Amino acid sequence: MGVLSAFVSGLIFGLGLLISGMSDPGKVIGFLDVAGRWDPSLAFVMAGAILVGFFGFARMRRQLPQRRGIDARLIAGSIVFGIGWGLAGFCPGPALVDFGAGIDKATVFVVAMLAGMLLYTGLERWSDVSRR
Amino acid sequence: MIDWSHFTPWSSFAGGLLIGCAAALLVLSTGRIAGVSGIAGGLLTPRRADIGWRIAFLLGLLLAPVAFRVFGRLPFPRIDAGFGVLLIAGLLVGLGTSYGSGCTSGHGVCGLSRLSLRSLVATLAFMAAGMVTVFLVRHVWAS
Repeated sequence: MGVLSAFVSGLIFGLGLLISGMSDPGKVIGFLDVAGRWDPSLAFVMAGAILVGFFGFARMRRQLPQRRGIDARLIAGSIVFGIGWGLAGFCPGPALVDFGAGIDKATVFVVAMLAGMLLYTGLERWSDVSRR
Repeated sequence: MIDWSHFTPWSSFAGGLLIGCAAALLVLSTGRIAGVSGIAGGLLTPRRADIGWRIAFLLGLLLAPVAFRVFGRLPFPRIDAGFGVLLIAGLLVGLGTSYGSGCTSGHGVCGLSRLSLRSLVATLAFMAAGMVTVFLVRHVWAS
């Protein structure tokens, strides 16, 4: 049951990315390029998603574990992500959708992204070991 | 100056509504957050009870273009970055979303939907970093 709804959720999520135009890195960079010819579309995607999400999460707000604390990892990690996002115009969701569409460049990005995640796992293990 | 030729308020808003529905469906049915980087990253250090829904969600995401093709032509993505830049960008996105524990979907959509201050800070940080990067690449580097 959970697996089926997870599949449907992923499918709707991907369709949303395609319909919203966010599977196109050119459109994402158009949003990030505030000093050039600015395409505000991404803000409309966020507004639509959060509008529905707000009500969806309203019932769950107390049940879900909430991590607190704003630390250097959160901010530095997000900045590093933002730099990569700005360089290619890809964030994980759209990259996977374009990979699913068989776009070569998305495949390269996805492989590198998974390598980055593995690198993180390796670095974390290594720092755990060296801390002992 | 707004780029009116590319600006798509209605289809973007409609797509956003769908993304919100997907996130709401996942959290209400499984109690999981629809954060793509977290779902993918969790598969790299798998725990048995945890694998099924992750694969199912990612499979849905990967098959979305196939489903979309039933209704119309797939939009063609404009990817200006070359392969070298894509490699570096992918590495940075993988590392950054792991350290920052989230991306545009996890922090930007789900986190902001549940009014998380952590996610607001993360979202402002990656948006600002993305804007500065595009500014440097398009307006400083290029000239």
